[in-house]
Amino acid sequence: MASSGFQADVKALQKHLAARHLIYQHQHNKQMSCPAMAQLLSNTLYYKRFFPYYSFNVLGGLDNEGKGCVFTYDAVGSYEKVGYSSQGSGSTLIMPFLDNQLKSPSPLLLPAQDAVTPLAEAEAIDLVKTVFASASERDIYTGDKLEIVVINADGIRREYMDLRKD
Amino acid sequence: MKLDTTGMESAAPVWGSHNELVDGFSAAPSFELPNTTDFDGFQKEAIQMVKPAKGTTTLAFIFKEGVMVAADSRASMGGYISSQSVKKIIEINPYMLGTMAGGAADCQFWHRNLGIKCRLHELANKRRISVTGASKLLANILYSYRGMGLSVGTMIAGWDETGPGLYYVDNEGGRLKGMRFSVGSGSPYAYGVLDNGYRYDMSVEEAAELARRAIYHATFRDGASGGVASVYYVGPNGWKKLSGDDVGELHYRYYPVMPSTVEQEMAEVTGA
Repeated sequence: MASSGFQADVKALQKHLAARHLIYQHQHNKQMSCPAMAQLLSNTLYYKRFFPYYSFNVLGGLDNEGKGCVFTYDAVGSYEKVGYSSQGSGSTLIMPFLDNQLKSPSPLLLPAQDAVTPLAEAEAIDLVKTVFASASERDIYTGDKLEIVVINADGIRREYMDLRKD
Repeated sequence: MKLDTTGMESAAPVWGSHNELVDGFSAAPSFELPNTTDFDGFQKEAIQMVKPAKGTTTLAFIFKEGVMVAADSRASMGGYISSQSVKKIIEINPYMLGTMAGGAADCQFWHRNLGIKCRLHELANKRRISVTGASKLLANILYSYRGMGLSVGTMIAGWDETGPGLYYVDNEGGRLKGMRFSVGSGSPYAYGVLDNGYRYDMSVEEAAELARRAIYHATFRDGASGGVASVYYVGPNGWKKLSGDDVGELHYRYYPVMPSTVEQEMAEVTGA
């Protein structure tokens, strides 16, 4: 889960979800799938509807079949499964670029069109680095350092990159 | 005989933290409230960061064959389009649909909660809940949170033993039974097309085309509506999604570009 906003609420939310994940693992003897965690996050956010978590989240992971999924949230818990998303102060800069590079057809279209972007992992990481480098140029709040988390069947891998420090 | 008062329990929020581990759904969820003297002012500020997507067009109408429900899919935060693929028609259960207008989180959460209550009703009474009953459940919940800043303008459409049913429910606790409704910033435009083309005895295809056109025209004129026009049909066997068309493409389908005679031709300029 990647979150932007008020850091204390972000921390509290992450701790809350980690605890619920642990409980789930104890009760069901397996990892939570991403769609399950997605609904849990939505409910967690909505339970603070009248005193919200100031946290704008994007959730990424694998579903029960091992396919990747991304969920995007607003501060009070409305969520949507998407092909890509961005949140935070630089999102208005990043989203149009992602729309251009990754335009995946809307899941609402009928007859349905396949929504998987045909990108190799290396290309995808390159895209993320480009996107954040550009966002750092034009958004004062974006910069310093970038952490990329790659999740696939082999596990989780983290990569770091330095961004503009001004 | 002990009276069953579960339907009459107050759904108002209570102080104190809730124990999510043993969450029961017979009582309404309890919400933490901020410890301030000025609750309204706090809510006004808090809602600024979500800027609920009131920009929308949804419509539903009853006709001879059942209920037709249609909506756009744009979510806007101020002037920024935050999403073009929001599901505004929510599937409460296989024979009932709800539409979303207003706060996305509010509509999603309370429609899911309604679906749970409908299922509990089925299990407790061994029969499906009526559209009247479902809309009343939702209206009562929203009434109990009246004044707390929820933003919900929804239509509950379904087919029960009495035939097709359509109710409009809003965050003030208002509940209206009717034959035609349209909700959202694009509703005036949708009403224009819908009221003009409506006849009770339409076929399913005609009704779907009417709904699609009404949404298209609303997205054309209203900046806060757009994306994909989804059309659902609710019949005696439940709901079925009929179509999902990108409104940009619908424009050229309805108004194809005609090759026109050139009035003035620009001549090449030679030399400097």
